[in-house]
Amino acid sequence: MATQSCSLCRIALENVSVSRGGQSLLQDVSMHIHCGQLTVLIGQNGAGKTTLIRALLGEIPHGGAIRHVDGENRQVPRLRTGYVPQHLQFDKEMPVTVEDFLASAFSRRPVWTGVSRKTRAAVQEALREVEGEALAKRPLGRCSGGELQRVLLALAIHPTPDLLVLDEPVSGVDQNGLRLFLDTVIRLKEQHHMAILLVSHDLNLVRQYADHVALLDKTVLVQGTPDAVFASPEFQKVFGVGARNLTSARIHGADRWTPRVTSESIEGEENA
Amino acid sequence: MMNAIYAAMDFLLPFEAFEWTFMKNALLAILLLSPLLALLGTMAVNQQMAFFSDALGHSALTGIGLGVVLGVSSDLAAMLIFGVVWALLICRIKQTGAASTDTVISVFSSTSVAAGLLILSRGGGFAKYSRLLVGDVLAVTPQDLMHLLIALVLGVALWALMYNQLLLGSINPSLAKTRGVKVELVECAFVVLVAVAVMLAIKWVGVMLINALLILPAAAGRNIARSSRQHALWSVGISLLCGVAGLVSSYAWDTTVGAAIVLYAAVCYFVSLALRRFIR
Repeated sequence: MATQSCSLCRIALENVSVSRGGQSLLQDVSMHIHCGQLTVLIGQNGAGKTTLIRALLGEIPHGGAIRHVDGENRQVPRLRTGYVPQHLQFDKEMPVTVEDFLASAFSRRPVWTGVSRKTRAAVQEALREVEGEALAKRPLGRCSGGELQRVLLALAIHPTPDLLVLDEPVSGVDQNGLRLFLDTVIRLKEQHHMAILLVSHDLNLVRQYADHVALLDKTVLVQGTPDAVFASPEFQKVFGVGARNLTSARIHGADRWTPRVTSESIEGEENA
Repeated sequence: MMNAIYAAMDFLLPFEAFEWTFMKNALLAILLLSPLLALLGTMAVNQQMAFFSDALGHSALTGIGLGVVLGVSSDLAAMLIFGVVWALLICRIKQTGAASTDTVISVFSSTSVAAGLLILSRGGGFAKYSRLLVGDVLAVTPQDLMHLLIALVLGVALWALMYNQLLLGSINPSLAKTRGVKVELVECAFVVLVAVAVMLAIKWVGVMLINALLILPAAAGRNIARSSRQHALWSVGISLLCGVAGLVSSYAWDTTVGAAIVLYAAVCYFVSLALRRFIR
């Protein structure tokens, strides 16, 4: 799909392809992630969402180009990326507090020697931005899914990134938690004018919050405003006819909605 | 220099046991060894690497065996070189994720023990190496103490440099990479540091018990700590306390020192386990 030229600062993906072991995981993905917009990536399990994120983060080699371009179409050399992973696989009994975790990223002083007053203030400030002030002294393993997600967000936006990549958890975060998270994301978007890419499994919330939606199945099947994408035949083919009329009920794991799985090989990667 | 330290110890520790120079040396060795092992242990426990460090300890046998075959004059040098190579190998295999880590470690552990035993038992001569199995901290010399002091200072300095990055990487590697952490490099550096610490300690604590010294204090500390700082403090504290208690007890009971230290640490672990629900 051709990308239209535009005059906003953006992260431009041009014919991004990824293959592994002779199998194509992503084919010619072209899209723009605009600054000051929430771009949402949707698609079935195995559609390549996680692969695309890993390519964006520079973790796996890819064909094509990912360029950071400013409003005058000049290439910006450095792309600072903030990343909120889908889940953390750490030992829940680990005696590491939220403050330790954030301080280990904010400061060079080893956190086993303690946290300086200056770093502690920075941690408090970061947590305040995501409405998580009360979490500082809590061990990481005692945080709920939604709380962890906000802590990760606090980390991802310090220092302020050009591109914020959010991989929404499939489960473990309740509806209220998800709304609080997305409200915070929208506020950040407006304050800092950063480009945000969200992988979401909640079509209802996508419709409500997204500025731009891209439906992925190895390549971008269709992209545009939420309404346009949800009304498209491609969308109905992937998610079923009923999905376009979503109103209030949350579709639990939109991935499981229809039993169509395109590639088994990526399944393992989502957990890697 | 040593005389001054001995004089100070006579003043501070007016007990019969510490009238002996070998007891003074042993105490100093324990005070130098325990903190580094306990600190490294905190991360080993959090990353569920207890089995890994166990395998590392066992590889000391092969290291000495190869040293004998190749004619390396110093046991320590042979162990250190082999331990580091072995550690890096396991680390790489673990990172490629080719096989279950658990299984890989077991394979490495068995291989190194068997190879070491095979070489060292040639001609029925294993008896002279059997001290390696239980160790003998009472044989520490002032020169050994110097080595331990250097290891402690360097080890803690390196530990301070890598800890934050290691912590981030252990929580989520992708996230750590977006913040500029070289996750694989830091992991391997940690593994090498553990290998060096283990090899330095093994002569005094023994192949069979070295892992307990690394894991038990950190495991006990973890039960009652809430933050990284508390974990480090508890682990080092428990480790020092058990070290001194074990040394004194083994003098009184006339037993091997390493076993006494480890048993005290085990008691600490079970007590901390019982206290856990009240403290955390």
